[in-house]
Amino acid sequence: MIAIVGLLIGAIIGLVLEPEVPAALQPYLPIAVVAALDALFGGLRALLDGTFDDRVFIVSFLSNVVVAAVIVFLGDQLGVGTQLSTAVVVVLGIRIFSNAAAIRRHLFRA
Amino acid sequence: MTTDEAPQRGAPGAQEEPPGTPAAAPAATTPASSWRTLRRVLAPRATKAQLTVALLAALLGFALVVQVQQHRDDGLGSLRQDELVRVLDEVTRRGEELESEVVALRAQRAELVTGADTELAAREAAEQRALVQGILAGRLPAVGPGVRIVLGVTDRAIPPLTLYNVLEELRNAGAEAVQVNDVRLTASSYFVEGPEGVVLADGETIRPPYVWLAIGDPSTMSSALQIPGGAMAQVRGVGGTTTVTEVDELEVSATRDPVAPRFATPVPPEG
Repeated sequence: MIAIVGLLIGAIIGLVLEPEVPAALQPYLPIAVVAALDALFGGLRALLDGTFDDRVFIVSFLSNVVVAAVIVFLGDQLGVGTQLSTAVVVVLGIRIFSNAAAIRRHLFRA
Repeated sequence: MTTDEAPQRGAPGAQEEPPGTPAAAPAATTPASSWRTLRRVLAPRATKAQLTVALLAALLGFALVVQVQQHRDDGLGSLRQDELVRVLDEVTRRGEELESEVVALRAQRAELVTGADTELAAREAAEQRALVQGILAGRLPAVGPGVRIVLGVTDRAIPPLTLYNVLEELRNAGAEAVQVNDVRLTASSYFVEGPEGVVLADGETIRPPYVWLAIGDPSTMSSALQIPGGAMAQVRGVGGTTTVTEVDELEVSATRDPVAPRFATPVPPEG
């Protein structure tokens, strides 16, 4: 519950402030968002598995975001930024899908 | 155990993937207990961990909204360098195509304008020529300086040959448009004697007094007509009276329709 409330509060702050994303961060923000979504779904699945741990969730959330951004940054430096960010998005997307499938089975047995 | 990596390395994750193994799931993961877990977790508790999770979730929501708005706002700003290069290439190529199209259309336009000018000039020249030839052929009325000649008769008629000599004299003196009474005289004009002594000019009966109107240089024609032994002298010699008046402006109003040649055709232009 508190996570959903936090999500809503963050969204409202973003809508109200309408901040400009710094140019240096622009390529990394979408990847970081996808990585955070992945961590969120992973956390929800762990919760339903009965293996949820706050500390692990926080660490994995932050490291997911940082690692994704670092991968894209490295790709940019190596000249394969577009391909690497596509790869990251694909991998994270697959994980989100499988996590969502696991959550679905937990909740609906289907 | 990490939250998001558990599915990949843990046995439960591997177990969840194949849908044909629901019986193997432990009792803790039945839907009813799963919902219960969810409800229990959703109940707000102000623990430190919950607050941290909320903070992270808020961060995610914030970043999500910012990114969505950013993406909606700028079209090119979020593109990468190679994408920008591709877009630039496309725009440049399109610009070059349009440029060459502009050149082609300009050339076409210039061609059309030149063609229109040429056609206009040709039409003006043709109109000019039609005017000149209309006057010379007797198709159009004409005005200009000239002489007015009145030939009266006393007791004898003036023979057609004498009248024809008057016409020849006028032509020699440079008359450009001539009419006698109401008959326009042209290159093919003739005078013959008709029945009962009347004179036919180009088939039309003309009766004395013969009033000639001739456009040309008045003094030249006047003196040409009146030289000793000339046309006027001949008229007087057959008993006629002559009056020659130089006029600054007279109108040759009689016209005739030129007959299209039956036998003669234009020489084809040499190609």
